Formats: sequence, structure tokens, C-alpha cells
Amino acid sequence: MSRLSIGSLFRRPEAGAFLGMVAVIAFFLIFGGINFLKPSGIASWLNVAANIGIIAIPVGLLMIAGELDISIGSMIPAGSMIVAIMSGHYDFPIWMSIIVVLGFGVVVGFINGFLVVHTAVPSLIVTLGTLFAVAGLVLGLSVLITGTTSVSIKAPDFYKAVFGQFIGGTYQVIILWWFAVTAVYIFYIHYTKYGNWIFAMGGDRESARNAGIPTTKLTIILFILSACSAAFVGMCQALLFNSAQVSAGMSYIFNVIISVVVGGVVLTGGFGSVVGIVFGTITFAVVNQGIYFTSFDRNWSSLIIGVMLLAAVLMNNTFRSMALSYAPKKK
Amino acid sequence: MTSPVLELRSVDKSFGPIDVLHDISLKMNEGEVLCLLGDNGAGKSTLIKTLCGVHKPTRGSILMDGAEVTFSTPREAQDKGIATVHQFGGTFPLMSIGRSFFVGVEPTKGWGPFKIYDRKKANKIAVEAVQNFGITRVDDGDRLIGGLSGGERQSLAIARAVHFGARVLILDEPTAALGVKQAAHVLRIVNEAKRRGLAVIFITHQVMHAMAVGDHFAVLIRGAIAADFRKGERSREEITDLMAGGETMADLERQIEGYADA
Repeated sequence: MSRLSIGSLFRRPEAGAFLGMVAVIAFFLIFGGINFLKPSGIASWLNVAANIGIIAIPVGLLMIAGELDISIGSMIPAGSMIVAIMSGHYDFPIWMSIIVVLGFGVVVGFINGFLVVHTAVPSLIVTLGTLFAVAGLVLGLSVLITGTTSVSIKAPDFYKAVFGQFIGGTYQVIILWWFAVTAVYIFYIHYTKYGNWIFAMGGDRESARNAGIPTTKLTIILFILSACSAAFVGMCQALLFNSAQVSAGMSYIFNVIISVVVGGVVLTGGFGSVVGIVFGTITFAVVNQGIYFTSFDRNWSSLIIGVMLLAAVLMNNTFRSMALSYAPKKK
Repeated sequence: MTSPVLELRSVDKSFGPIDVLHDISLKMNEGEVLCLLGDNGAGKSTLIKTLCGVHKPTRGSILMDGAEVTFSTPREAQDKGIATVHQFGGTFPLMSIGRSFFVGVEPTKGWGPFKIYDRKKANKIAVEAVQNFGITRVDDGDRLIGGLSGGERQSLAIARAVHFGARVLILDEPTAALGVKQAAHVLRIVNEAKRRGLAVIFITHQVMHAMAVGDHFAVLIRGAIAADFRKGERSREEITDLMAGGETMADLERQIEGYADA
């Protein structure tokens, strides 16, 4: 009954994302030439994809569960600044900074989750609040402590190798982190009961709670995951570039949401897949970087991304209704 | 005679100063269908919510197997075997049949942190449970719930409740949104649940549907039981008149004609 057929592939949530990815890669191959798929070309978009991708998966899971987190935009610089101030400005060991970075992620994620669960305020508004609050906190503390908004950090070789290094001169080590966490997410979301719980929550929260799913706890955990992931990416960037800026990160809010939606997650919740989000992230990164390989003016890339987003949403609706109307043929 | 599975003894429910239910006493026996009839606003929903643990009665008591019980959450009522199936099945349209059947109680294989959701087993059990209820059209556990017809969704939800050991099945207007054929489907499922010894509470305002499956009927008017009778004790016209609030259908028809003439 589980034979692989073209039809069954089209009914999967990642079908649209996969086709989109293939289309975009083909487009830039035609207009940008083969350089785009040479090792240095691949690195250019894989680096972008990895940084977005680590955050896109937990944000996508929140969207599947019917929530949204935009506070990631200030969690990235928060992660960068914490590690830079603690281990660059002061001389705390890096491992201690890492604990504080992730701990801060837990705290902010918990606040987001707690407020969303215990007030009826939509998560967009709650995380908009924490987005600004955290941004202000980081800016204020940075200026207070260091007197500037940009702090440099020189990490020991071991930490550089693990979190922030160019492999072969071009590939960021965070790509490996991205692959690793993706594997873990795929396992937990699609092969264990916890994934089922998240989908059920996005489908109908009330029924899910009546079925005995700890919806409150699960929502808070998802918010903690996305906040920690964003802080982690920020930390890696600081270690990679040997410095941290207060202002980096706001563009990630849109980039992450675009990646997730292009990846086939339905905005109303309940439908999507981790693999789809990965495809969506790659698609976004390819469009974002591919323009540099063509003779087009780079200003056109936003237009392509915008059109792509709309096309993706329409396509997702089509694929979802195909999935819904599917019935096995009578033999 | 053994004590009824579920019994209400002079239950009142008020929200602040507003009395919604007055002095409701009802008995539900195993293998019987109790039809709860009433017009909109008669207090049917409040009564169901009191039965399944959403509301607590203001006065009076609820007994299960002759012993008094109180439910502080719907979950507690469920654990004691009271399952509610709502008009739209209370299911997840974008999940597969197997997955939604086992939400919260997923079968797993493997050990420790590597416990894997057992899709094959879940699908097999879910499809079997539905087919046992005579819905043979459902044969692939990977299909999405949203692709099923309204009647099939109801049937799946009922099969799910029975599979997980429900003793009292509360069906909240299961046939209201369905066409004739689909409704017949659901009524057949209700009969099957009854045959298996469940106490079924069937809420409807379609007298035809009620008469097709009911053993015992209670008519609610403005929060009180206006009539309580067994199968065959009243005619269809009498029941319809009762539901219309004691006014006879003939009177209502005269009124309507009066408007038309004016």
C-alpha cells in the first residue's frame, strides 16, 4: 500500500518546495552558468541556507503548531553580543559564554511561550514585544558595558573549529550543525509521537488537549527551541567573524518566514514537514545568492523572492487540496 | 436491575443569576440509546457539557454505576469512559487517519530516546476499527481526515471512542450537517455502538433520526425535562409538538400562514 508513485509524492507537504527548488536552481543555471554549482558557488548559498535553516526549522514547527515567533530577529544579535562581551570584552571562558547564550534563549523562549499560553494574546504580538524588548536590552547593556555597539572577540582554536570556521576556506562549519540538527528534527517530528502532537495541536488545539496532549508544555518548549536556535546562530556568527554587532539580525525575521512558507508549511497550522522547510531554505538562499552569478542587477532579487513567495503559497494550497481529496482507487 | 451507567439526580446549572438547567434527572443504561431532543436554546449543550466534565452542576449529583462522581476536567470524564463526539468529529483535517486515531496514545516501537511511532500498526488498527463498524470504504490509514465525508468522519470518531474503551458515548448533533445517505450511515454506527453495550446519548432536533435509533427519549424545554418516555409511547407528531415548546405544529402552521396573509 505504501508503494512510491508520482501521485503519492505530489501529496506530500514538501512537494511544492521540492519543485520550487529545482525550478530556481535550473533558472540560475541557465542565466548564471555553471559557476553557480562549482564548490565556491555552492558555498555562497549553502552558507546563507545553513544560518537561516537552523532557525527556520523550529520557527516552522511553531507555525505548524499554529504559533509564530519573530523575536528571533533580536535573539541573533543577543547571542552574538553575549559571547563577544563575556569572552571578548571580559575574559570569561567560551564554554561559560555558551551556557549563558543558551540560557538566555531558554529565558526569552519561556517568556514568549508562557505569555502566549496564559494570555489569549496572539503570538505575533507577544513576540513583537519581546523582539523590541530584547533588542533594546542588548543595545542598552552593550553601550553601558563596552561603550560601543560593536565588540570584537578572539576565540581559541578549538571553539573556532567547532562553531565558527571556514572549512576549505569557503564553507562555514555551521553547515554541519545545520545537517545534524535537521537529522534530529526529522527523526523527532516524523518518526516519534512528539511530531504527531505538534501536528495535532496545529490542527485543533482544543481536541488535542482533550486527547491528553500537554499542549501548554509543548508550546513553551517550541518557543524555547526557536529562541535558543537563534541565539546559537548569533553566537556562531560572532565566533566566525571575530566580532559582534548589535544591529544584525532583523532581516532574518522575513528570510526565515519566507523559507518556511516556501517550504510548504501552511500558515493556519497543522500541515508541513521538516524536509519541506529545508527545501524552502535552500530555495530562498539560491535566489538570494544566485542573482550575483547572473548579469542581472542584484536589485531584482527582492522581486524574484516576492513573486516566489506568492507562487509558493498558491502552490501549497493546490498540493494541500490534492492531499485532501486523495482517495485510493477502487481495484 | 443493575444500576445505570450514568445517572443525573435533580441537577441544576446556573451561570450567575441565569438558570439554564432545572431539576434534570436522567438515567442512561448500557446498550440503550437516549435521545435528547429540544429546540435551539433549550439547554442541550449545557447538559452535554455538564455530563462530559466541562461544567460542574450547581446543585444535584452525577452518579456512575451508582456511585457519585465529580469531574473537574473533560479529561477526567474521558478517563472514566465518557466520550463526546462533536458535530464535525473533533478531528484534525490535515492528519492521516492512523495518526489522528492515536493522537495522544501513539503506538511506538524501539526503546529509550529512539522510540519510533509505529505507523503501520496505527494505520492497521485504525482501519480495522472503522471497518468493524461497517465503513468499508476506509481502507488506507494514510489518507487525510479532511478527505473523508462527514459521515465517515463521525464514524471514525465513534470508532475511536469505542476502541479506547468508552462506556458512555455522547453524540452532539452528529447528523445535523449531513445529507440523507450520510446520516443513515451514522445512525447505523449508533446502532452498532448500542449493540456493543454502550450507553449512547444522541442529541438531535431531527425527530426522524431520533426515532430510528432511540430506546428512550427526553425532551428539553427551557432547561427542564418536559417529557421522558420510552420507545413507542409517543407518536412522531406528539414528539414534534413537544420539541416546538408544547405548541402544536398545527398552531405554528396557522401562525405562519397568518404572517403570509398579513
